Amino acid sequence: MIEGAIWRRWVFFYIPLTLFLIFLLFPFYWMIITTFRPDGELYRPWRAVNYNPFWTWHPTLLHIKYLFTETMFSTWLVNTMFIALASTAISLFCGIFAGYALSRLNFPFAGSLGTGIFVTYLVPQTLLFIPLSEIIRNYKLGDTPWSLILTYPTFLIPFCTWLMMGYFKAVPKELEECARIDGASRWQAMLYIIIPVAVPGILSAGIFAFTLSWNEFIYALVFLSSPEQKTVPVGVVSELIRGDVFFWGPLMAGALLGSIPVAIAYSFFVEHYVSGLTGSVKG
Amino acid sequence: MGQVVLKDINKFYDSVHAVKDVNLQIRDKEFVVFVGPSGCGKTTTLRMIAGLEAISSGDISIDGQVVNDLAPMDRDIAMVFQNYALYPHMSVYDNMAFGLKMRKFDRSEIGQRVKEAADILGIGEYLKRKPRQLSGGQRQRVALGRAIVRHPRVFLFDEPLSNLDAKLRVQMRVELKKLHLRLGTTAIYVTHDQVEAMTLGDRVVVMKDGWVQQVGEPLELYNRPANKFVAGFIGSPAMNFATVTMTNGNGRVVAKNAGLEIEVPGREAERLLAHVGRQVTLGIRPEDLHVARDGDPAGLTFNSKVEVVEQLGSEILLDVRVGDSSMVASVEPTTRVKVQETMRLAINPERLHFFDASTEAAI
Repeated sequence: MIEGAIWRRWVFFYIPLTLFLIFLLFPFYWMIITTFRPDGELYRPWRAVNYNPFWTWHPTLLHIKYLFTETMFSTWLVNTMFIALASTAISLFCGIFAGYALSRLNFPFAGSLGTGIFVTYLVPQTLLFIPLSEIIRNYKLGDTPWSLILTYPTFLIPFCTWLMMGYFKAVPKELEECARIDGASRWQAMLYIIIPVAVPGILSAGIFAFTLSWNEFIYALVFLSSPEQKTVPVGVVSELIRGDVFFWGPLMAGALLGSIPVAIAYSFFVEHYVSGLTGSVKG
Repeated sequence: MGQVVLKDINKFYDSVHAVKDVNLQIRDKEFVVFVGPSGCGKTTTLRMIAGLEAISSGDISIDGQVVNDLAPMDRDIAMVFQNYALYPHMSVYDNMAFGLKMRKFDRSEIGQRVKEAADILGIGEYLKRKPRQLSGGQRQRVALGRAIVRHPRVFLFDEPLSNLDAKLRVQMRVELKKLHLRLGTTAIYVTHDQVEAMTLGDRVVVMKDGWVQQVGEPLELYNRPANKFVAGFIGSPAMNFATVTMTNGNGRVVAKNAGLEIEVPGREAERLLAHVGRQVTLGIRPEDLHVARDGDPAGLTFNSKVEVVEQLGSEILLDVRVGDSSMVASVEPTTRVKVQETMRLAINPERLHFFDASTEAAI
């Protein structure tokens, strides 16, 4: 908190914070208002009388209705959810074990292997999709959810591994040694002691992985083609922008509904997630 | 039973020789303390006994069985760590029960043992709490409880009291001693605090740079230190050292330097005859010095200049300058003394220590 006179608090704290919040939340607000605004208002020229871009007096659910009846939005939601959950589960599973091994087991080249995994994360997706599309075609996975479930881990596993490595390193090694003296095998010590202690780290890795795969665009765009296979980000863009016609109402409704699951996931785990990122283990 | 034998134990970390040829026989029910400055190899030795570090060479056996290649869980030992290492996601009860669950004890036996240990340690009312809801002293008790419930052959303690504040440390020290008397389990205890070592140990092992310096009962270390390091490490305030030259005149062996001229009493003199004409290190404990009285033999007194006076209530510590060396003397609390005063001090004749100037071994 800023100390001193009230004006200092306003100038250095409240006003900058408010400006920042407006800047940050405005797109979200715009999305909501467009979702509920009738077409008549949306496509009115800005010079028209009663033009009021920031508010509407005639809210409507037509766009949402359009989304669910005229497009395959509900299928896209299910697709996205399935793909995101499956690739997150695969990546977490691999990331937890790899992170544990790299941080706790002494084996040759553990350090350089860790760096190597990090480097793979740095390869941009916009390059990687070209060779990957070749592989997807060879294995005849194109236009199936598996094309994404199996390719998302290429960037999710390095990410989860690194996050978990950092977290496992913060867990005192005495905990594990104590468990091993208490009669647990290395495997049991990991399962009963280390992993439960690392739950905040696992949750934050999971939320991040889920968000990344939920929002992923380029692989989904390249690997999926039929409308009933698409994910929300790709489906909304490809089915609601036809030529140069933008269906702004349904587009924004799709974006809004598509971001709700992520928002729920974040707010639900926010405490764990913060302590996971700051790496605190209370002993 | 809990007899631990270390035979020619060595530990190398790459090129660092951390523990050197340690040989030790720890008897059943004995409380042995490893003490020494940090980096002396005491914790490494303990961890090798626990099975947490591999042994580079030598044998460790428990009750006659060589345990070199046995996993920690199979050695039937329990260890208490410096940072307690309580499992943060488990209640106190589950922390204490974990070792028994892993060993497939049945539920009623676990409950009974945990209750028994909790009663001994007075933590019965905290069993449902999580470690983070406990104070430092309570956590320490839980860590002890977790070791007790197992009824192991050997307890290993790795500086268990060093995270507690001074008052609590003294209290827990007494409780540890009582606990050992009550349970009678062999205990191996690592500390850097010589007071803990002296008060807890049936025998104390003093280590430095990976070597065992001396093994003995606490008073043996205090009265007859094997070398200068042990002499300086055991006892508080530390022993005073002064370099002196031995001379022999008229059948009297005299230790002499710029400010001292001490006539070595009979028995000691014989041992020192061989060192006449050479330099040796003289050691005098602060508590073996007193303000000279009329009856004190002149050959055991010397003049000193008082530099600092430390009033402790039960005693007064005087930092004095003798010739070109400084010494600490512990004198009666009733002594009237001022800084910069010259004071005549006398040595308790039975309590002189001499060390070889080059090997530092006791003479």
